[in-house]
Amino acid sequence: MRSLNFGDFLFLIEAARWTILLSVSAFVGGGVIGAIIALLRVSKRKPLRYFAIGYIQLFQGTPLLLQLFLVFFGSDMMGLALGPWVAATLGLSLNAGAFLGEIWRGAIQAVPRAQGEAAEALGLHYLPIMRHIVVPQALRIGVAPTVGFLVNLVKATSLASIIGFIELTRAGQQLNNVTFRPFTIYMTVALLYFLLCWPLTIASRKLERRMAFAYRR
Amino acid sequence: MGYTFNFIDVWHARDELLLGAWLTIQLSAVSMVLSLLVAVFGALARTSGPKWLQRMVACYVEFIRNTPFLVQVFVIFFGLPGLGLRLDANTGALIAMVLNGSAYTIEIVRAGIEAVNHGQVEAATALGLRRLQTFRSIVLPQALRAVFTPLGSQFILLMLNSSIVSVISADELTAAAQDIQSRTFRSFEVYMVTTAIYLVLSMGFTGVFAVTRRLCFPKLETR
Repeated sequence: MRSLNFGDFLFLIEAARWTILLSVSAFVGGGVIGAIIALLRVSKRKPLRYFAIGYIQLFQGTPLLLQLFLVFFGSDMMGLALGPWVAATLGLSLNAGAFLGEIWRGAIQAVPRAQGEAAEALGLHYLPIMRHIVVPQALRIGVAPTVGFLVNLVKATSLASIIGFIELTRAGQQLNNVTFRPFTIYMTVALLYFLLCWPLTIASRKLERRMAFAYRR
Repeated sequence: MGYTFNFIDVWHARDELLLGAWLTIQLSAVSMVLSLLVAVFGALARTSGPKWLQRMVACYVEFIRNTPFLVQVFVIFFGLPGLGLRLDANTGALIAMVLNGSAYTIEIVRAGIEAVNHGQVEAATALGLRRLQTFRSIVLPQALRAVFTPLGSQFILLMLNSSIVSVISADELTAAAQDIQSRTFRSFEVYMVTTAIYLVLSMGFTGVFAVTRRLCFPKLETR
C-alpha cells in the first residue's frame, strides 16, 4: 500500500479520455442505429413499424448491464471474441440506438404532418421530403433532448468497466487496489464524471429554453 | 458458428433465478416507495424551503444526476466504511438506490408542484388552511397526478438500474445470474434468460403502475 500523489490524479484524467472516446464512438454508432430506428418507427409499412417498436421496447425494457454481458459473452460464443473495447462500443451503440430512435421519432412527428402532405402534393418523393422538409426541422426540435441523452450515455460508459474495459471507473478501481483510499478516489472519479456531464446538462437546458421560446405562441 | 445452446443448466438453476427476480422486485419496490417519500419532502424543500435548503437540494440533485450510478454505489459501499460507516451489501445497495432514485424523482415531483395553478394555493389560504395542509391536500395530489406517467418511467429505470448493485454482490437477479454463470460457464444462456426476466419485470411494473393510476386517480380516465 502506498499513498496517493498527483501522478495518480493524472492517471485518472488520462483514463477519462477513454470515457470520452467510448462516449463519442457509442454516440456515432447509436446515432446511425437511432436514425434507422426513427425512420422505421414512422414508416407507412406496419411490419417495419412493429420491428422498430419491438427494438425500442427490448432495449429500454432490459438493463444495459445485461445487454453488455450478452454482446460480450455472445461474441465470444460465436467465436468472434470482440474484446472489451469493441463489445462495449457495440453494446452501448445498440442501447443508445433505441433511446435516440425514440427521441428522434418524437422530433419527426412534431413536424406538422401537413408539410409532408403538401410536399407530396407538389410531387416530391419520400427521400426528398425527408431530406429537405422533415429532417431539417426535426433536427432542431431534437437537439435539446439529444444533448440531454448524451449525459446518460457518458454515465452509461461506466458500465464498460464491468466487462473489463479500462476507462475512468475501472482506473479508479485499479488505483484503489494499490492505494486503498476508496472514498477519496471514488469521489474524485465522480467529480470527473460531473465535470464531463454538467456542461452537457446546462447546454441541454439552455437549448430547451430557446426552443420553448421559438415555439411560443 | 459451431455453438450449441444448452439451457439445461439454466433450467436446473431456475429456483435461484426466480428467487433473484423476487429479490429484485422487493429491492426495487422498497426503493421506489422510499424515493417517492424522500422526493416529496425534497421537492417541498426545493420549492418552498428557506434559500439555503433550496440550494442544498439543488446541489444534491445536480450531483447525483450528473454522475454514474455505479460510481455512487462504489462511494457508498467502499468509501463510507473508510469514514467509519460500515454497511452490508444489501443496505448499501438500498441506500444507493434511494439516493439515486430520489434525485430524479425530486425533479419530477417539483415539476408537478410548479404545474399546479397558484390561484388554488391562494384560495386555500383564503379558506384558512395552513401551508402544510394546503400542500398535503391541495397541491400534492394534483402534482402527483400530473407527473404519474414520467414517475412510472423513472421507476422502471430505477428497477433496471438495480442490476448494477450486483457489483457489490447484493442479493438480486443479476448477482444470482452471475453465480450460476460462474458455476456452469453457460454465460450466454444464463444472461439471455435473465434479460428476458427483466423484460417481464419491466412490463409487470408498467402494468402495476397503470392499475395504480386508475385506482388512485379514477377521475383521470373520464376526462
